[in-house]
Amino acid sequence: MRGLIEDDYVTDEGEFVINIGPQHPSTHGVLHLKVWLDGETVKKVQPHLGFIHRSIEKMSESLSYRNFIFATSRMDYLAAHINNEACALTVEKGLQLEVPDRAKYIRTILAELTRLQSHLLWWGCTGLDLGAVTPFFYAFREREYIMEIMEETCGARLTQNFMVPGGVMYDIHPNFQKRTKEVLIQIKSKFQEYDNIMTGNVIFENRTKGVGFLSKEDAISYGVTGPTARASGVSCDIRKLIPYSAYDQVQFDEILGTGGDCYARYMIRMHEMKQSVSIIEQLIDNIPEGEFQAKTKNVIKLPKGEFYQRVETPRGELGVFIVSDGAASPYRIKYRSPGFSNLSALPLMAKGGKIGDLVAIMSTIDLVIPDIDR
Amino acid sequence: MNTEELKSSISNILPSAIYDETGEFLNVNIASEELYPLINELRSNSEFDFDYLFCLTCIDWKDHLMMVYHLLSKTHQHTIVLKAKISNRENSEIETVCNIWRTAELLEREVFDLFGVKFINHPDLRRLFLSDDWNGYPLRKDYVDENMISL
Repeated sequence: MRGLIEDDYVTDEGEFVINIGPQHPSTHGVLHLKVWLDGETVKKVQPHLGFIHRSIEKMSESLSYRNFIFATSRMDYLAAHINNEACALTVEKGLQLEVPDRAKYIRTILAELTRLQSHLLWWGCTGLDLGAVTPFFYAFREREYIMEIMEETCGARLTQNFMVPGGVMYDIHPNFQKRTKEVLIQIKSKFQEYDNIMTGNVIFENRTKGVGFLSKEDAISYGVTGPTARASGVSCDIRKLIPYSAYDQVQFDEILGTGGDCYARYMIRMHEMKQSVSIIEQLIDNIPEGEFQAKTKNVIKLPKGEFYQRVETPRGELGVFIVSDGAASPYRIKYRSPGFSNLSALPLMAKGGKIGDLVAIMSTIDLVIPDIDR
Repeated sequence: MNTEELKSSISNILPSAIYDETGEFLNVNIASEELYPLINELRSNSEFDFDYLFCLTCIDWKDHLMMVYHLLSKTHQHTIVLKAKISNRENSEIETVCNIWRTAELLEREVFDLFGVKFINHPDLRRLFLSDDWNGYPLRKDYVDENMISL
């Protein structure tokens, strides 16, 4: 394996190097961390990437503007909807296409359901990482309801591929509104349960409070976004700053923290789930009638130029940068993935802490490895 | 600052900069040798205060490479896109910006890995995704791989 027999494994006296991953339960995927330790104290962390690199950017250069969107479902598989939406919005920006209101509302509701299920999975896994097994079952119990809604309307549970240039692929299932409302009532009644089992738990608080501190200046300099940056007090919610889809139609709060530690990041996500529920509640009864997809040409060609779209995924800011030379497929495409930048701040956060804290930090950054490697 | 003020302020530092306003953001085209003095000023001058580098990438335009920096100021909320042209494809070099924005360290390693641009003064310039003995730079337009199948 790459990097296993290198000279830099020979270090000063008392220091030793261990490899965490690529196959390790707490890295949530194939991430390889090389960790320099002095006893239990972390001296240095170096991430090794590329174990699930598929070069989606290169692949997209030979795919049409309809097809390249589907590859992005495989980037951040917990936010496939939002990745697809980002690409669809970029193509629409290039075509100067106005999306019907109905499609905007459906997109926003599905994006918030995605955020909810992603945060639920994160909550369960955080419990698992810190030694509590029960939250995982609680979270997956509620997440299953959301996945069933996805399955009914989009035909898939994880890689939905539902957003297309011009709107959404199909109209919503007749049961969609009814079931979504039922699920929201179900989830809202469980938030107190989540707090009882994890948030107030002494062991959990000891493992997360004051651990993995990230200052506001460092968060901006490292390009950290999403709940991780908002826990350090950086206002970076794209839904608020540059509203897209139907986010200008709803009232919601951007949750900001000041702690900058693992506990603050945890609390931000717990509050964001409640905001997501509130956003869906405001939209679900008001989906306008009409077309769900704007008319587009069979072969989409973007005019010559550059188009950039930023959206807010559960992990932070996703940027899609398309360079078009006027042909039927992109000349160059770049995904500014949130996980990549968030990971770059991990060595800073972990330095000086204990090796057990490294696991807590990794789980509160909420890494999804295919999103980092692309 | 609005677009006109940004243009005049940048022209004061670098008269040779060429502007392009056809896109969503103000594009500033410069040569790769002029990058560092300008970018240092953009970060440290409180009138610009570009503290957030939200995208760093490279484009292969066949006869030259182009580094693209998307910059945003959290305090003033203005955005520019800086484009540095690297004329020498065979021995492409540009000054690193990772001492200004720390996020650039990994992003520049990605560009080095996939485009082969060497970043001068980068602390740890190694391949990021591909193995160290990989031949060529996959995101260049002239990259050929015998295992690549065209559909």
